[in-house]
Amino acid sequence: MSMHEITLIVNGKPQKLTVKSNELLLNVLRDKLFLTGAKYGCGIAECSACTVLKGDRSIMSCLVPAVAADGWEITTPEGLVVDGELNAVQEELVNKGAIQCGFCTPGMAMTGTACVRENPDADEAFVRDYMRGNYCRCTGYQAIVEAILAACEDAKNGKRV
Amino acid sequence: MGEINTKFVEHEYDYVKPASLDEALDILAEKKEKAKIYAGGTDLLVHLKMGKGGDMEVMLDINGIDELFGVTKSEDSVRIGGAEKIWVLETNPVINELYPALAKAMSLMASVSVRNMASIAGNFCNASPVADTVGPCMCYCGKVELKSKERGVRYVDATEFFVGPGRTVIEPDEILTAIILPIPKENTGDSFTKISRVRPDIAKISLTCVVTRDGDKVDTCRIAMGTVAPTPKYFDEISEALNGKKMTKELIADTADALEAAIKPRKKSRSSTPEYKKAMTHLMAIENLEAAWKASGGELA
Ligand SMILES: Cc1cc2nc3c(=O)[nH]c(=O)nc-3n(C[C@H](O)[C@H](O)[C@H](O)COP(=O)(O)OP(=O)(O)OC[C@H]3O[C@@H](n4cnc5c(N)ncnc54)[C@H](O)[C@@H]3O)c2cc1C
Ligand code: FES
Ligand code: FES
Repeated sequence: MSMHEITLIVNGKPQKLTVKSNELLLNVLRDKLFLTGAKYGCGIAECSACTVLKGDRSIMSCLVPAVAADGWEITTPEGLVVDGELNAVQEELVNKGAIQCGFCTPGMAMTGTACVRENPDADEAFVRDYMRGNYCRCTGYQAIVEAILAACEDAKNGKRV
Repeated sequence: MGEINTKFVEHEYDYVKPASLDEALDILAEKKEKAKIYAGGTDLLVHLKMGKGGDMEVMLDINGIDELFGVTKSEDSVRIGGAEKIWVLETNPVINELYPALAKAMSLMASVSVRNMASIAGNFCNASPVADTVGPCMCYCGKVELKSKERGVRYVDATEFFVGPGRTVIEPDEILTAIILPIPKENTGDSFTKISRVRPDIAKISLTCVVTRDGDKVDTCRIAMGTVAPTPKYFDEISEALNGKKMTKELIADTADALEAAIKPRKKSRSSTPEYKKAMTHLMAIENLEAAWKASGGELA
């Protein structure tokens, strides 16, 4: 099994790491960089709890070999917070009461952020379609959709997403 | 069932990321079936986590090879780089203009995050009967471009690419470098629909139809379906029976009958019965034939 020196740019900071070829990005983020925002849910790309951003696009870190992410710019849920301030999507998830147990919330914040960045003019149908891979066992989704739509408005009013 | 822990990949292997196609083909020529190509990993990593890595010794990451990416339009065809991501393709203006059924099929796949990772070649090479990009490519007379060190390049019709579930004509030393789609003739229309349990799920059944119109007659018609046979399936005889005929509601109904009779779904697959699949095939055939005909500019009495 091969070992690799890689550099991940995580939340804007380059991180030099040595990883085994079969290590997964999610586990490296959680266990080596102690960024536990991204969650392990299903492990097979079906729930989106492990979502992170590569650039502005959402990906599932449970299915990415860490070595394949060498050089990528990754944002984790922690990285959406700047100087102690939540981004618009995170804040609206709180405002709208879109969090119950909270396990899906980091993934919702990540995919939701990608959604608002891609299309701040999104309507409800667009948001529901965009978020279709993010599973929540608690809320029934309504409040989550409302939060993302509210974040779209915030984004248009100049709030950081 | 044995315990499967999808938190880790237990399978051990070496990882390589060649920067050129030649380098990648060299590795494949040497390692053959011991090397497995990693494109988006949305099938491969799931297999590895499920303990189905077989005798894989090397993971060959093809994402560093520029010529496997991009969409290029020439006079008579469009070339789609094999490793190109589904989301890039589904939003590509050329694909949306010339092959809307393919763009639609891709936008209905999985979830946005899977589509940000997954490639079109991976969808073909995984060779699931479900594979959503395949039906449209079959109906647009697509060809698969395969390259190897020993034998150079060869082209295979999309309709000839699949041999069985998970099996294709691709040799262990080959890379699927591109999908080539001819530019459709004027007055061509298409349609794709898919039924799944919930939106991000894979298809219970899917149907693509591409029709080229000659006045009120069908010039050519091509129909393909997913999840009704061990591989995605193009219905050559049923499709070609329409060629040269005047398009009518009766012709469409006859075609739907023929398709319903022709499919041989497994006894139980993805929680839908053969009866269900037959009934849906009939409905979807009518829906898509009508839609494709209208999209080609045709009218239906
Ligand atoms: C949650 C989830 C939902 C999904 N939903 C759908 C769906 O709705 N519809 C659908 O069709 N699919 C679906 N899939 C399956 C999968 O996402 C697609 O098949 C995808 O296109 C695979 O592409 P990839 O780049 O990720 O392939 P990989 O996993 O990288 O590769 C798949 C296989 O093809 C081989 N391969 C890859 N590229 C090449 C190449 N260039 N040359 C030769 N061999 C190659 C690999 O070695 C491997 O055996 C889903 C998967 C998941 C996890
Ligand atoms: S843990 Fe990655 S999608 Fe569920
Ligand atoms: S809040 Fe519990 S899973 Fe969504």
